[in-house]
Amino acid sequence: MLRYTLRRLLGAIPTLLLVIVLAFLLVHAAPGGPFDDERALPAEIEANIAAVYHLDEPLPMQFLRYLGGVLKGDFGPSYSYRDYTVSELIGRSFPVSMQLGILAMLLATVIGVSLGILAALKSNSALDRVVMGFAMTGISIPVFVIAPLLVLFFAVKLHWLPASWTGSADASRLLLPVLSLALPQIAYVARLTRASLIEVLSSDFIRTARAQGLGTAAIVRYHALKPAMLPVLSYMGPAVAAVLTGSVVVEEIFGIPGLGQLFVRASLNRDYTLVLGVVIFYAALIILLNLIVDLLYGAIDPRIRRR
Amino acid sequence: MKTTRLLPVMFATLAVASILLAACSDRGSDRDSSRSDTPVLDRALSTEPESLDPQKSRSVQAADVLRDIGEGLVSYDASGEMVPATAKSWEISADGLTYTFHIRPEARWSNGDAVTAADFVSGLQRLVDPATAAFYAAELGNVVNAADIVAGKLEPGELGVAAAEAQTLVISLVRPTPYLLSLLTHPSTFPVHRGSIEQHGDAFARAGNLVSNGAYVLADWEPGAIIELHRNPYYWNDAETSIDVLRHHIVTQEVAEFNRYRAGELHITSTVPPDNFDRIRAEFADQLHIAPTLGVYYYGFNMSKPPFADNPELRQALSMAIDREVLVEAITGRGEAPAYSWVPPGVDNYEPVQLPYADLSQQERNAIAQSLYRKAGYSEQNPLRFELRYNTSDTQQRIALAVQAMWRNVLGAEAQTVNVEFQVLLDQMREREVTEVFRSSWFGDYNDANTFLAIMQGDSAANMPGYSNPEYDELMRSAGEQLDLDRRRLYLEEAERVLLADHVVIPLYFYVSKHLVKPEVEGWQDNILNYHYSQHLSLGAAEQDGRP
Amino acid sequence: MSAVARIWARMRTSKTVMVSGGILCAIALLAIAGPWISPNEYLTANFDNILRAPTPSAGHVFGTDDLGRDLFVRTMMGVQVTFVVAIVASVVSLVIGVLYGATAGFVGGRVDAVMMRLVDTLYATPFIFFVILLLVVFERNFLLIFVAIGAINWLDMARIVRGQTLSLREREFVQAARLIGVSTPRIIVRHIAPNLVGIVIVYVTLTIPQAILIESFLSFLGLGVQEPQTSLGKLVNDGTKQMEGASWMLLIPGTLLAAILLCFNFLGDGMRDLFDARRTQ
Repeated sequence: MLRYTLRRLLGAIPTLLLVIVLAFLLVHAAPGGPFDDERALPAEIEANIAAVYHLDEPLPMQFLRYLGGVLKGDFGPSYSYRDYTVSELIGRSFPVSMQLGILAMLLATVIGVSLGILAALKSNSALDRVVMGFAMTGISIPVFVIAPLLVLFFAVKLHWLPASWTGSADASRLLLPVLSLALPQIAYVARLTRASLIEVLSSDFIRTARAQGLGTAAIVRYHALKPAMLPVLSYMGPAVAAVLTGSVVVEEIFGIPGLGQLFVRASLNRDYTLVLGVVIFYAALIILLNLIVDLLYGAIDPRIRRR
Repeated sequence: MKTTRLLPVMFATLAVASILLAACSDRGSDRDSSRSDTPVLDRALSTEPESLDPQKSRSVQAADVLRDIGEGLVSYDASGEMVPATAKSWEISADGLTYTFHIRPEARWSNGDAVTAADFVSGLQRLVDPATAAFYAAELGNVVNAADIVAGKLEPGELGVAAAEAQTLVISLVRPTPYLLSLLTHPSTFPVHRGSIEQHGDAFARAGNLVSNGAYVLADWEPGAIIELHRNPYYWNDAETSIDVLRHHIVTQEVAEFNRYRAGELHITSTVPPDNFDRIRAEFADQLHIAPTLGVYYYGFNMSKPPFADNPELRQALSMAIDREVLVEAITGRGEAPAYSWVPPGVDNYEPVQLPYADLSQQERNAIAQSLYRKAGYSEQNPLRFELRYNTSDTQQRIALAVQAMWRNVLGAEAQTVNVEFQVLLDQMREREVTEVFRSSWFGDYNDANTFLAIMQGDSAANMPGYSNPEYDELMRSAGEQLDLDRRRLYLEEAERVLLADHVVIPLYFYVSKHLVKPEVEGWQDNILNYHYSQHLSLGAAEQDGRP
Repeated sequence: MSAVARIWARMRTSKTVMVSGGILCAIALLAIAGPWISPNEYLTANFDNILRAPTPSAGHVFGTDDLGRDLFVRTMMGVQVTFVVAIVASVVSLVIGVLYGATAGFVGGRVDAVMMRLVDTLYATPFIFFVILLLVVFERNFLLIFVAIGAINWLDMARIVRGQTLSLREREFVQAARLIGVSTPRIIVRHIAPNLVGIVIVYVTLTIPQAILIESFLSFLGLGVQEPQTSLGKLVNDGTKQMEGASWMLLIPGTLLAAILLCFNFLGDGMRDLFDARRTQ
């Protein structure tokens, strides 16, 4: 197990290196520099700024300097936040995004699974249709439509909830963003749960259980739910990606100081170091998450631990 | 894992979620307590400041916050009139080359230290020091040795700024600079607290480290969200400050800002969304503040490439064919003024020169434009084709489409609109390879015509069209040497006349500042600088229909 | 009977597939024909006619936008662009994914291990950030949007196809072809690929709504299709800014977008019921 983990971690190094090189080349290929402005600067001042940030060096030199910094855990100074380093900015904004993402995923799973079970048990009833109708609608409306609608209704019209992150200091500021982020995922999870539970319920071993006289509730609890959850579990990967994408939108709309918003601003401002920092950080995070998931699978099902 | 535990596990995760929620509400609780009993003002910033280091910052938004945190020798009152600030008085020598400032003995830093002339010397030296890499370093160009220090030829210590006595600052200039006082209101010329720079180095401008000399002190900065300032009890004029806590919210989306304002989360907005402006004007008539400001929106010609280089008649034809009245009424529609000059009206000691055709009606202009267009060799069969470049944004697009239609209808010229991202447009404007007609704007750094006219000098980096006219440069140089304000003004006006006659740029309209201000905010005055120091504001009783 | 005819015969047995497919075809036809029928042009700005509510009598069935442009024609152009973006992006992911997955699955062994390792590696790249970067760097050209979305989706396709190929490889007809000395690429093209059609169709139908959502996400960030061209995602995003004053600017394209996404999702579900071997057995 330890050897396997180590090997996986070592294997991640070339991946990360590739990501760094790609991202580095891309940001430097972007037209426009980090300090361009309509208020163009005299040549001497541009030269001074370039010298301070080593932008006057040839690209390979800059790359080596950057790589050297990364190896020491230093992602360099941010260009668009001149008082902060990249590591500090990521350190401040990642917990915010993570909080948002985890809450949204939890909400989506709990509500989605419950709705899915409900719909599967009463399949083809009016309840089933209402639940699934809601689910399909949730899938079909983009986050950037849901979020402003929620704001308009709950914040502007009713004054119940804050319209933004800074509109309140308590947890109420999380409600609308988490809800906007979770709604489409609730829909996916509910559909998946319903479909797979119906399938499992119609399989042979359940029929056997039923023949033995077990009630529906007991069958679902003791026999059907676990196999029915497998497709839902395997959906968690794409769901994390979807929440990541969605959080860019939600953070932008609610003014939440998370990583997604930071990245979009950084790339539009040509903040080279910040863009690189966020990309590398996310790549490392995804690799780590994949490893954890694989280890967990291995712990649950030893057959998978083959290679 | 047993299936039976699946549901309990879910509830356990919910419990974890509520702990997460509780944790974050804990963190904000002290912020909440400040809300209940002390006056808090919530303002909006449309872009996040890149720095709160007075010398390193650059944006208008950073300057807005810095004007609350710090204070220069001179400042402005609520109506935009210049007033003594940290300097209580000053003398200017007869030749206009030496300024002597007397700093208030009661001026204090936010840690109680006295503000001295040496602090100003440090701040100004830091501004021109190449190691600081300050964006505004060139603004001090007229101070003795400043240009050489910026270029790295002299040490920052040789700047022509000296502390003659503890509270007396002397600034020596190489040529008269009538707008020096305006420059000294800008945050880049604010003093720095030497002790904290030595102690914290580059991190001195962070919350907790920053020692400042203004009405407020930086309490917290959550990048991407909010900058919170608290009243500075040591400020020399603290008795006049009314609001204890200031929160500058970072709100990049106009519609989101409007929603927050309506939800009661902002007292003052940074702008007003263009969508549904008429409805907003009707519904918020008493809260809407629109005022002229020092900014011009223009289309520029690339002066180094055909078809516009060496073709002033063609440039004039395009300029005349644009109906600016329609543009500001139907397209921008937020109270902007049509522009017939380069320098906006309302600048101190100056009367903007009007375009030669400003007095004609639009029909008369169109007729002249058509004959100029034909004289330049174009016709219906042989229309002028060119690209109009603008940066991607709804407003720019609306204007570009409208102007495109006017050019087509009046002249038959075929402009193709091309939108690129802002950074890309900046690159292309400077290279002058692919641009033909491009959109840009200029905002005055200080209240003087020089800030507009200087950028069109041949050697200016912000000279986007690439205009180069020795006559113009000579007039600007002569203006720079004048001591007498009236004579200087004549030179500047002559320069503007030359610029307009060459039709290098098409000024379209002058910007206005647009704010929504809650009725309970008192002391707000519209002014041309669009500076609204929080120390001049106070909060009256809130209306009953607001948020509790 | 050709593969296409077989698939068609199968599809006709499912009501879900036929209804949702029918609606999609109707929308597509309207989108193509609409701009021809309408007297209005999608580019023409008319500043006397800004933000008109839908008035069929005035010739603006869907109303006008904030530049006075006819929304019916613009919406139809938007539907066209959305369809093209989604379908081309899906085809890109299909071609790369199928070739890659089939090769890895068929060749097997060390090659398979290395190829799948690369897929794992690519899974670790924060794709959406790379797409944002790419669009910033290369000035959002139309083609790049296809490629970017396709590049996000091909990984899943490759994995699914590889799994399917692994099982096909062991079947008798493939073994037979190999025995008589048919070359590997030929086996993949002639014997493996046709038998993948079912599962591939299912996943393409499921990829299309994802591609549509990604395109609308890019529009939200201002990185999608650029004016004067438009897409449904862009129209909906513009609509959200006007939703209080000119609700039709949000409601009409919004409803269409939702309908298209719904139909593709139903279509995908229906197709999966029909063609996914694991389900039918």
